[in-house]
Amino acid sequence: MDQIGASLRELHEMDELALRRSPVHGLCPLCKLIVTVTFIVTVVSFPKNALTALVPMALYPVLLFQLSGIPVSACFRKLRLVLPLVLAVGLLNPFFDRAPLLRVGEVTLTGGMISMITLMVKGVLCLTAAFLLAATTPIDALCAALRRIRVPETMVTLLLLTYRYVGVLAEEAAVMTDAYSLRAPGQKGIHISAWGSFLGQLLLRSMDRAEELYAAMLLRGYHGAYPHAGTKPCVPKDAAYALCCVAVFLLLRRYDLARLLGSLFVR
Amino acid sequence: MIEMEHVSFAYETGEPVLNDITVSVGDGESVGLIGANGAGKSTLMKVMLGLLPHEGRLTVDGLEVEKNNLAAVRRSLGFVLQNSDNQMFMPTVYEDMIFAPLNYGLSREEAERKADAVLERLGLTKLKNRYNHKISGGEKRMAAIATILVMEPKAVLMDEPTSALDPYNRRVVINAVRELRQTKLIASHDLDMIRDACDRVLLLSGGRIVADGPADTILRDRALLEAHRLELPLSLQNRTSNSALGQQSGKHRTASKRI
Repeated sequence: MDQIGASLRELHEMDELALRRSPVHGLCPLCKLIVTVTFIVTVVSFPKNALTALVPMALYPVLLFQLSGIPVSACFRKLRLVLPLVLAVGLLNPFFDRAPLLRVGEVTLTGGMISMITLMVKGVLCLTAAFLLAATTPIDALCAALRRIRVPETMVTLLLLTYRYVGVLAEEAAVMTDAYSLRAPGQKGIHISAWGSFLGQLLLRSMDRAEELYAAMLLRGYHGAYPHAGTKPCVPKDAAYALCCVAVFLLLRRYDLARLLGSLFVR
Repeated sequence: MIEMEHVSFAYETGEPVLNDITVSVGDGESVGLIGANGAGKSTLMKVMLGLLPHEGRLTVDGLEVEKNNLAAVRRSLGFVLQNSDNQMFMPTVYEDMIFAPLNYGLSREEAERKADAVLERLGLTKLKNRYNHKISGGEKRMAAIATILVMEPKAVLMDEPTSALDPYNRRVVINAVRELRQTKLIASHDLDMIRDACDRVLLLSGGRIVADGPADTILRDRALLEAHRLELPLSLQNRTSNSALGQQSGKHRTASKRI
């Protein structure tokens, strides 16, 4: 229960973060979406050994953390499950690519090592950008933005309702786990023999609740399309933000800022 | 407002849940729907709302309850669910409030204006920007009622509006219900609340309406209520049982003193 309860709280915490007020929260969701996607595509497009060129891209998340007031700790706490997977992606690179690429004092860094670190940095940057988008934009506004770029209504509704129903599923699971543990003192988790019936019950209970929720939506005028009316329109300030960000990303992709700065000091 | 003629409903397998119900609820009436568990109270409401199919003739505000009219019927009838958690599905109370008006094509400004007016009328302005998962059960119930009133329905259907509430919140909800100007149909086991808030009572048993009359008459008829697995409202239970309870509690007091 503790784990499920904690997950539920984290889910609610994301909603709360997204409803805060800050210059970043106030930006048009569509612009934020475009900037985030451009950022991710740009980061992914860097060559596998372009570690120094990649580093300046970290300015974007750093700036957003500062402006939005979202705690960095919240980001890494929420990404703790995904981060190890991202970090593990390049772990084998040092074994395959052993060609020396760089010498730092007595230490020789191989191509595999550099590409591993580059992959890790790419992963962290992409995840952080996605987190910042989710933490500064309510899910409804994000879905409205997706609709504005003509993502099919069905897909958007599916995304939105999945997000909403995760909470419902977790609540039901928490209640059932509580009821189970109260009648199975000293037992850790759910015994394997009860998994089948537990999952079956969870499915039935969450279906019942989902039907009730759906009925509540139908009775309040829902007709298959989520009401996105009145979502924040794009104003010149938003467009300027998006254009500036995209331009900076492209410049950073084109020119290795770290190397240029370095060349000023080292010949 | 609501007219039912020989309305029946049965699930695919099993006995009919609603059996040949003929009843009408007039404009502005306040009707209590009482009955034991499984009598069909919630089912009857769901049939009225077109959430379940039915046989017979059923009209709401002059419109036949059928597929083509469902949107209009549901706009006329506001339904407060028994479990407010299922009614409040948006992150904040305010977003829940404007969900229906936006669905009905109102602009955001107009939806917000209506939501503000309802919140003020119910004295819930402090809940406006609260998160649904952080408000108490009583607040959530009141907020659920508010989300319905913002639709400006002609009739309000409520399923157990006072269940699982403490005495204070129960009283708050009852007062709010009493002040509603709309036609009201309230299903509840809380017979004291029904006595407080309704002028007329329908007693449902085994899917049939077995009594229909003034609330005060039906709720005082001990034999009728007991025949259908109900009891007199607590406020009408006689002194004998009260004094018996008093004696019993006196015994408990003595016993605890001995311990």
